[in-house]
Amino acid sequence: MSKKVKAAIIGPGNIGTDLLMKAMRSEFIEPVWMVGVEAESPGLRRAKEMGLKTTADGVDGMLPSMKADGVQICFDATSAYVHAENSRKVNEQGAVMIDLTPAAIGPFCVPPVNLAEAVAARAMNVNMVTCGGQATIPLVAAVSRVQAVSYGEIVATVSSKSAGPGTRKNIDEFTRTTASGIERVGGAASGKAIIVINPAEPPLIMRDTVHCLTVDEPDQEAITRSVLAMIAEVQQYVPGYTLKNGPVFDGKRVSIYMEVEGLGDFLPKYAGNLDIMTAAGLRTAELYAREILAGNFVPNAA
Amino acid sequence: MDLKGKKITVHDMCLRDGMHPKRHQITVAQMVDIAKAMDEAGIPLIEVTHGDGLGGASVNYGFPAATDEEYLTAVCKEMKNTKVSALLLPGIGTVDHLKMAVDCGISTIRIATHCTEADVSEQHLTMASQIKGLDRVGFLMMAHMIEAEELVTQLKLMEGFGANCVYITDSAGYMLPDDVSSRVALARAELRPETELGFHGHHNMAMGIANSLAAVEAGANRIDGSLAGLGAGAGNTPLEVFVAVCERMGVETGVDLFKAMDIAEDKIVPMMDHLVRVDRDALTLGYAGVYSSFLLFAKRSAQKYNLSSRDILVELGRRRTVGGQEDMIEDLALDMARARGTI
Repeated sequence: MSKKVKAAIIGPGNIGTDLLMKAMRSEFIEPVWMVGVEAESPGLRRAKEMGLKTTADGVDGMLPSMKADGVQICFDATSAYVHAENSRKVNEQGAVMIDLTPAAIGPFCVPPVNLAEAVAARAMNVNMVTCGGQATIPLVAAVSRVQAVSYGEIVATVSSKSAGPGTRKNIDEFTRTTASGIERVGGAASGKAIIVINPAEPPLIMRDTVHCLTVDEPDQEAITRSVLAMIAEVQQYVPGYTLKNGPVFDGKRVSIYMEVEGLGDFLPKYAGNLDIMTAAGLRTAELYAREILAGNFVPNAA
Repeated sequence: MDLKGKKITVHDMCLRDGMHPKRHQITVAQMVDIAKAMDEAGIPLIEVTHGDGLGGASVNYGFPAATDEEYLTAVCKEMKNTKVSALLLPGIGTVDHLKMAVDCGISTIRIATHCTEADVSEQHLTMASQIKGLDRVGFLMMAHMIEAEELVTQLKLMEGFGANCVYITDSAGYMLPDDVSSRVALARAELRPETELGFHGHHNMAMGIANSLAAVEAGANRIDGSLAGLGAGAGNTPLEVFVAVCERMGVETGVDLFKAMDIAEDKIVPMMDHLVRVDRDALTLGYAGVYSSFLLFAKRSAQKYNLSSRDILVELGRRRTVGGQEDMIEDLALDMARARGTI
């Protein structure tokens, strides 16, 4: 595979840098731009050392040349507050936006559940829900594809060190966006999300619990099979996605206990919550890239 | 200890923390009946919600007999002098719940975070500050897990976000009086003089009264308790006992002691599903420093997987679990049962 689709990463922080390291290994994506807002940012410096073009003037710094540079996919790893503006600008230049912030202005994308659908819809902006959503919605969907789920609930426990200032300042975004994803992508009639931050040292690996209440008595064998198959799907891009216990069946309750260890590219391994976001974002971009390379999709300004 | 002449505000927890031993099944009618009696007894402030605060209704923590909105609406409209508070844990409840509770008629919102994570309360305390006349409390849970200096740094964050009162919360009932004194005294010295300071105890080591007195001596002016101690673990500081001690020591609470005793004896104790006391497991919570509402979850998992609930609780303490990690209990019990070859 010689040809790749060129991409830009907006936001040279922990997430953006981890994403860059993963993208450098991609068969389908070639990162060419890193966009920041602080000239002193170590993330920008690192990207420059890795051969990317960089700017500290935000998206505006890249806009004049992004088309000439062939950028067709952008990742936004900044914050929900600036995302809509970033997205509008890069869309105008004919690039698809993959949104890693909780802004959620585009359709939700959880790769093993609805990636193909999102790409087939040719959406110019897709949202990666939340870290807890990426870690749990596949399992809600694994239950709901077997039988109707009246209620899906997830509890994401993350280490203090992996919960950044953006998440902390706006923790309600996490609970709301994740709950909405449990319903819209996970297929539960109603959804609830809980996040717990634990400061223990050494930092704990991200833990996720998924509880589903089924409408009828759960088909234990079919659900177990579906859950195990879904875990294998996620493991294709997050190898440390591990079933710890379950599915446990208790009446109509189905509970699944997971641990998510990251690859440790730039972020530490315990920060599986951040790793699963960057891995899911890249996986989404790769499917777009394959469609673009195959000539099935030409992103352009609507 | 000379506390003579001090004035404090006692805050009853029966209808919130007391939801834990009741598995969140206190009915609206029971809440209204108890709240009215507390109003009569001169208890100035009572807390009403799911045990885990607004939005706590869940598989993880338990589904309550009624919604927060139903409880709050029913209680608030019956109160003559008593004010009503609601608890909110960011990560479980959102500002939408906060607005709902304000519309129901609460006068106090308490935003609770783990002791090291005060910054997740910014969104909620900031919003609460924009609501005219709302009493805003920052509530740092599991405060035994960090030293006084670090705790005060976190309390100051909450003060900065707009809390007019901050709490040191012994969620595990682990603290001894000196632990309370050192933390409260440093907080009192470092916070703004107008910022109120509170202490919330659990009775797992039977230190509820002693710790609350230590808090008052060191400068706290709000004390949480619950009549007959109805609360998670071995319960909260038994409020009627605390009021009696305060009377003997010349501390003013404004509460009618005999009426408070009668509510405890005639209404709260008969309502208990099990006697809330320092049993083996509750003592283990205090001894091992474990979040008090884990008690019944550990007992249930122990029974289901044929394990010792004390072993489960000790391990939860060793792993430094924090409030809200109830989902860890069944997960851990499964690991323990597998290690023993019983599943």
